[in-house]
Amino acid sequence: MDLSFVILVEMLYAVASLILIGAGLAVVFGMMKVINLAHGEFMMMGGYATITAVNLGVNVFVAMLVIAPLIVGLIGLVVERLVIRHLYGRLVDTMLATWGLSLFFIGMTTMIFGNTTTGISTPIPGFAVGGYQINGYNFFIIVVSVLLLIGILAVLKTTRAGLVARGAMQRADMAASLGYSPDRIYMATFFCGSALSGLAGAVLAPLVGLVPTSGGAYIAKAFITVIAGGPSLVAGLLSSAGFFGIVSQVFTFAISPVIGEVALLVAAVILLRLLPQGITGRFLKGRL
Amino acid sequence: MTLNRRKFLGATAAMTGAAMLPRAVLAADTIKLGSIVDTSGIFDAYGKPMDMALRLAVNEINGAGGLLGRKIEVMAYDTQSDMALYSQYAQQLTRQDKVDVVHGGILSASREAIRQTMRKTGTLYFYNVQYEGGVCDRNIFCNGLTPAQQAEVLVPWAMKEAGGKKVYTLAADYNYGQITARWIEKYVRDAGGEVLSTDFFPLDVADFGATIAKIQTAAPDLVIAPLVGGAHLSFFRQWAASGMKDKIPLASTTLGVGNEHKVLTPEEGNGIMVAYSYSQDLDTPANTAFKERWSAAYGDPSALHELAISTYYGVHTWAKGVEMAGSVERDAVVAALETGVSFDGPAGKYTVDPKTHHATVDVHLMKFKDQKMDVVETLSQRPPIDTQTVCDLEANPDDNTQYEIQI
Repeated sequence: MDLSFVILVEMLYAVASLILIGAGLAVVFGMMKVINLAHGEFMMMGGYATITAVNLGVNVFVAMLVIAPLIVGLIGLVVERLVIRHLYGRLVDTMLATWGLSLFFIGMTTMIFGNTTTGISTPIPGFAVGGYQINGYNFFIIVVSVLLLIGILAVLKTTRAGLVARGAMQRADMAASLGYSPDRIYMATFFCGSALSGLAGAVLAPLVGLVPTSGGAYIAKAFITVIAGGPSLVAGLLSSAGFFGIVSQVFTFAISPVIGEVALLVAAVILLRLLPQGITGRFLKGRL
Repeated sequence: MTLNRRKFLGATAAMTGAAMLPRAVLAADTIKLGSIVDTSGIFDAYGKPMDMALRLAVNEINGAGGLLGRKIEVMAYDTQSDMALYSQYAQQLTRQDKVDVVHGGILSASREAIRQTMRKTGTLYFYNVQYEGGVCDRNIFCNGLTPAQQAEVLVPWAMKEAGGKKVYTLAADYNYGQITARWIEKYVRDAGGEVLSTDFFPLDVADFGATIAKIQTAAPDLVIAPLVGGAHLSFFRQWAASGMKDKIPLASTTLGVGNEHKVLTPEEGNGIMVAYSYSQDLDTPANTAFKERWSAAYGDPSALHELAISTYYGVHTWAKGVEMAGSVERDAVVAALETGVSFDGPAGKYTVDPKTHHATVDVHLMKFKDQKMDVVETLSQRPPIDTQTVCDLEANPDDNTQYEIQI
C-alpha cells in the first residue's frame, strides 16, 4: 500500500518533470516552429542563475520562480533580436544557429563558473509515508507543473495577448494587416519560451549536480515530449508527458533505470510510427 | 613486403623524427619529461591540477639541483579532452620530441590510446590516475588506486559502522563501475554479508526517485555507491532530500575524487564513508608543508585532488628511479624502480610494487564532515591486490595486456 503510493508519486513526478522540461520548447518549437537546439542550455542557465542568486542570499523560491525565468528570458530576448529573428521560417538554418548558440553558452558558462559541479540542496525536507521516505520536493515540482499548464492555458485562452499570439503564429500576414506587429509578437513569444526554459532549469536545479554541459541531458527528452505531443500546446504536452512518464517509471520500477530510459525511447519510436503527427494530431484535435 | 597503414605511418613518423635529430642532439643537456593531460575541455577539472602538480614536482627537483646534474624540461601537450589528440601528441612526444619519460592520461581510454606507442618507442610511461586495474606492461607504472585497494578496506569498515550485513550497490554503468561492483560483492561476501541488489546507471541518469523507493523496499543496512560524474551527484542530493540519509548509511569509492564533498552541503554529505589515498584535510606535517608549497606556487589549494597528488608522486618516483639508475635510459630506470622504490609525500608512502608496476599505498578511511574528509583510520601500505592476481612482470616481463580480473 505504502509502496503503491510511493510509485504513484514517482510517476506523477516523472510526468511533471517532463512537462517542465518540454514547456519552454513547446512554445518556441511548437508555436513558433523554431528548432531551438539551445533549449537544454537555456535550462542549464536557469539552474546557474538560481544557484548564483541563492549564494548571494536571495530566498531560494524567489530565485527559482522569479529571478531565473527573468534572466533566462532576457538572454532569450537578446538571442532573438540578434540571431533568431533573421531566421524565422528557415527551419534548418535555425537548427544550425541554435546549435552554435548552445556551444557558445556552454563555453561562456564554463568560463564564468568553471567546469566543476555545483548545486544547492533541496529547500523542502523529505517525509515518511508508512514505512517509506519520500522526497518532499517531488510535490513542489508536481504543483509547479500543474500551475504552469493552467497558466499557459489561461493566458492563451482568456487573454487578448494570448489570442493575438495564437493568431500571429497561424497567419502572420493577417495579424499584420489587423495592425499587430508580428515582429513584436514573435519577440514576446520567444521571451516567454525562454523564461519557461529558465524556470524548468531552476526548479530542477536542487535535484541535480549542475555542470555547464548539463543541458545535453534534457534536450532529447524535451524534443521527444514536444514532437510526440503534436500540434496542440497544452493538451499535447500533457498527453505525451503523461504517456512517457508512466512508461518510463513502470519499467524503472519493474526492471531497472536503464530499461526505463530505453522503454521511453522505444515508446517514442513506436508512437511516432503510429501517429506521425503526434498524439494531438489524431486525438483532441483543435484543442489548445 | 606489404605496406599497411600502420607501417607507413610508423616509417613516415620515423623519418620525420630523423629529420629532427640534429636539434634533439643539441638539446640533450636537459632531461625531457613529456606531459599529456587534458587541461581544457570537459575533463579540465581533473587535468589542470594534474598539470600544476607535475610542474610543482619538476620545479622542486630542478630547484634542488636537477637530476644527475641536468635540469628537467617539461614538454606538455593539452589534449583538450579529445581522445584523438592523445595518439597524435603521443607520436609527437615519442618520435619528434624524443622525451625520456611521459606522464599523463586521465581516462582509461586515453591511457590505452597511448600505451602501445610508448611501449613500441621504448618511452617509459607513468599513468597517475585511480582506475579499474589490470594493466600489465613492463613499460608502464600506474600509481593510482585500484578498486580492490579501496573496496578491501572500505567495505568491511562501512559494514561494521552500519552494523549490518545487507548491502545495496549502485554503480556507474561502464567498466570502472562494473569492476568495482564485483569487488564490492566479493568483500561483502568475505565479511559474511550479502549484496541484495546491484543497480547500474548510465552516466547521464540524474533521476533516482524510483531507485530510492526500491532501496527502501529492499531495506539494506548499507548502500555503497560507486557513482561517477555530475549527473550521478544527484543521487546523494535526492537521497538526503528524501530523508534517507540518517536511516541507511552510505559509502562510496568515487565521491570526493572531484572534490564533490565541497559541493554537497553538510546536511547532504555528513557521514558518507569513503576510502582514498589522499585528502586535502589529512593532518600530517608533510601535507601541511605540501599545501604551503602549492599555495606559494599557485594560490588557493582547494582544487587539489587525489589525481594531482598521484601525478606529483609519479614525477618524484620516476626521479628517484633515475637517481638510483644513474641514467635516464629506460631499462636502467625500470630495473631501479623494480627494486621497490618508495616516495614519502603529502599522502604518506607510495611504494612501487615490482611484480605489477602498480603502487602500494597508504589508504585512509574517512567520513565526510562539514564539507571536509575526516580521517578515521589510516591503513598503511595496501598492495594492489587485484592486479597482483593476474599480473606478474617478474615471471612474464613481456606481458602487454590489460586483464579483466575474474573474481
